[in-house]
Amino acid sequence: MSVVTVQLGQCGNQVGQELFDTIWTDNVPEGQRKTYCTSSRDRFFRRTAHGGLQARAVLIDMEPKVINQSMTKAAKSGRWKYGETSHFSQKQGSGNNWANGYHVLGPRHRDVVEELVRREVESCDVLAGFMPMMSVAGGTGSGVGTFVTQCLRDIYPGSFILNHLTWPYGTGEVIVQNYNSVLTLAHLYQLSDAILVHENDVVHKICSQLLNIKPISFSDINGVIAHQLGGVLQPALTPDSHGAYGGNPLGELVSALACHPEYKLLSVCTVPQMPTSSIAFSTFSWPALLKHLRQMLISNSKMEEGGFADPSIYTSWLPSEEAFSLWKSPVPFNKYEKSATLVTNSQALLRPLDDMVRKAWNMFASRAYMHQYIKFGMSEEDFLDSFTSLEQVISSYSQLHS
Amino acid sequence: MTQSVVVQVGQCGNQVGCRFWDLALREHAHVNKRGLYDEALGSFFRNVDTRKSDGGTCCVGDRIHHLKARAVLVDMEEGVVNQILQGPLREVFDSTQLLTDVSGSGNNWAAGYMTYGSAYRESIVDKLRKASEHCDCLQCFFLIHSMGGGTGSGLGTRVLSLLEEEFPDVCRIVTSMYPSLDDDVITSPYNSVLAMRELTEHADCVLPVENQSLMDIVNKINVMSHGGKPGSVVRSDSTITSGRGGLSGAEKPFDAMNNIVANLLLNITRYEVKNVLQHPTYAIFAVVSVETFQAESFGLSSFRLRPTLPFVSWNQEAWKTGLCSVPPVGHAHSLLALANNTCVKPTFMELRERFTKLYKKKAHLHHYLHVDGMEQSVFDEAFSSLSSLIEEYHHLDATKARLIPDAPRLCIAT
Repeated sequence: MSVVTVQLGQCGNQVGQELFDTIWTDNVPEGQRKTYCTSSRDRFFRRTAHGGLQARAVLIDMEPKVINQSMTKAAKSGRWKYGETSHFSQKQGSGNNWANGYHVLGPRHRDVVEELVRREVESCDVLAGFMPMMSVAGGTGSGVGTFVTQCLRDIYPGSFILNHLTWPYGTGEVIVQNYNSVLTLAHLYQLSDAILVHENDVVHKICSQLLNIKPISFSDINGVIAHQLGGVLQPALTPDSHGAYGGNPLGELVSALACHPEYKLLSVCTVPQMPTSSIAFSTFSWPALLKHLRQMLISNSKMEEGGFADPSIYTSWLPSEEAFSLWKSPVPFNKYEKSATLVTNSQALLRPLDDMVRKAWNMFASRAYMHQYIKFGMSEEDFLDSFTSLEQVISSYSQLHS
Repeated sequence: MTQSVVVQVGQCGNQVGCRFWDLALREHAHVNKRGLYDEALGSFFRNVDTRKSDGGTCCVGDRIHHLKARAVLVDMEEGVVNQILQGPLREVFDSTQLLTDVSGSGNNWAAGYMTYGSAYRESIVDKLRKASEHCDCLQCFFLIHSMGGGTGSGLGTRVLSLLEEEFPDVCRIVTSMYPSLDDDVITSPYNSVLAMRELTEHADCVLPVENQSLMDIVNKINVMSHGGKPGSVVRSDSTITSGRGGLSGAEKPFDAMNNIVANLLLNITRYEVKNVLQHPTYAIFAVVSVETFQAESFGLSSFRLRPTLPFVSWNQEAWKTGLCSVPPVGHAHSLLALANNTCVKPTFMELRERFTKLYKKKAHLHHYLHVDGMEQSVFDEAFSSLSSLIEEYHHLDATKARLIPDAPRLCIAT
């Protein structure tokens, strides 16, 4: 079953390229890995006429620079590439303005984008679903990305849509990032099946504290994100897959984790994460890794010992047997002899979400920068609707203490 | 990459513009070793091969044949433009980009705005259209003019409103030269205030430059060079190239800035950021660093600077940095700051005072009122527009010392 990735905006295209690279690197077909690799390749790549591998991806941006870079980088590796015609770009960018992306540029280029997606979908034997990848801080990823997600939902109502979002550094990469983020999240909540989030601040810490990288560039950040995403998306034996590599990765992920329409935010953590140079000299044991993961999961609360079956880490309306599912893969992942990835739908994102809404609300209270959104067709009511939706989400997550 | 068109109006506008083109060519010459017409050049210049039959425009990647500036030059007297055409820059402009008249505007905003504005409207729009048609993707117009005279001030602001009318989607960035206190044009306060109203209505962004501040900088530099410290060239004549809605660094090698509120003396790295920056209230602050700093070390030093600047309560993180790896000609590093802050308030207040002094006595008013289409109400409206602008800046400053609590959030009924 194949996943069609839609890379949107600068961040989406850069992270997407790293992801495909990571997946390809993990596809070393020796010994026991043959079935794994076949399944992974089918999931993310297709064979071209010349026998090469082409990513099942559509690249979209409102300026040409990053797409050109990503496509060149992929092609240069000689190992896989993007389709020659699987991309669409414009010249001017979106000006970091969600309204420009969603109300103007998205609709304007709707037909072209839909056509590109349709071609990718038709090349799949069985479509597992879509994974739009984007950031929420800028204009294209957030605005055009939201619009494209809406189109996907309209045209493929039965397919799974898992949005991958990159949240910006809290201290600001784009001055209006909080507006763009609030608008994106509020809309995606109605459109996506689940929203998988990576925060730049968190990943930055991983780079500096665990991987000892100095100075940290976006390329390093994207590498970590790609590694974590790979850990989630590469083939695994799931409870529903009956001994074969799971054919329905997005569907099973969504049904396991996004069990209630109010709760769709997923976060990821992976162990171990260490500098590549140290991997060869380290040994891992499962109990230690899993204990570490559990500690990462519950580090915000005052829990004591217990495994993942401990009912006290789950909310009362969900029995723990159903709340936790284990996917296994007998082969090592991405050069780590043992690796465990935990995807959770929890309060982990509550605080960053609340901060984001608070800052956006303060700006909105003074109507700062509003004229730049209004001139692209938005109104204050649109903002208020988005704030209301997100306050509802925050409220729901806050009440999970029962 | 996108293109920009420079529109220079009036004597001052054309003189400053001329220095800009000179500097731009110098910078490109310094960096562009292979003589190829690249995207950076393309943002301000066209590459024309006159041997080609289709009008000559060449694409990015070709060799440089003839560079023509993406510009429109307007002046109601011929002196300055003629000088340009006789000087070393004559090849950079062709006659279709120029609009001149003979008699000038007599330092009269109304003459520039109304008389010449109406007479030359078609012609101006035509030239602007031609310039924009040569652009693959036009991002913005840069208007350079002075506020104190007649052509730059009057016709310049008329051009600004034409730009809004004809090209509403294209950003308009205006560099305006404000007259100093000892300006020899008596009616400069009138012209400036009348022009200011137009700026607030039609410009997307205004970079005000005070002649007085420029003088201070030049004097300071003279003192520095005489004091034995290495002197630096004041880069007062060039225009920013920036991504729409943001400042981008490395892919545009030539960010050269026209000094803003010239108290911000930042293009000389030896200087510490002046204490002067701590007084006004900041709405937004952007820094472009043209140097080879590592991103991380630059980030650290800006982290140290930021807490010292008082930002508006609703925009506490209104700070953006950009890095460019190519330094300007003649410098190893350069730092440029753009700030949207209340520092301009004293300038406007002074301007208002000088206006009031003249207006109370109705001095020289008849020159304006004689112009077809001009009425006294125009003065009154311009004055009240300036006053409310000053009020808004007052308001920002007033909130500075107070700690504003977070606005009460929406409550969800549970």
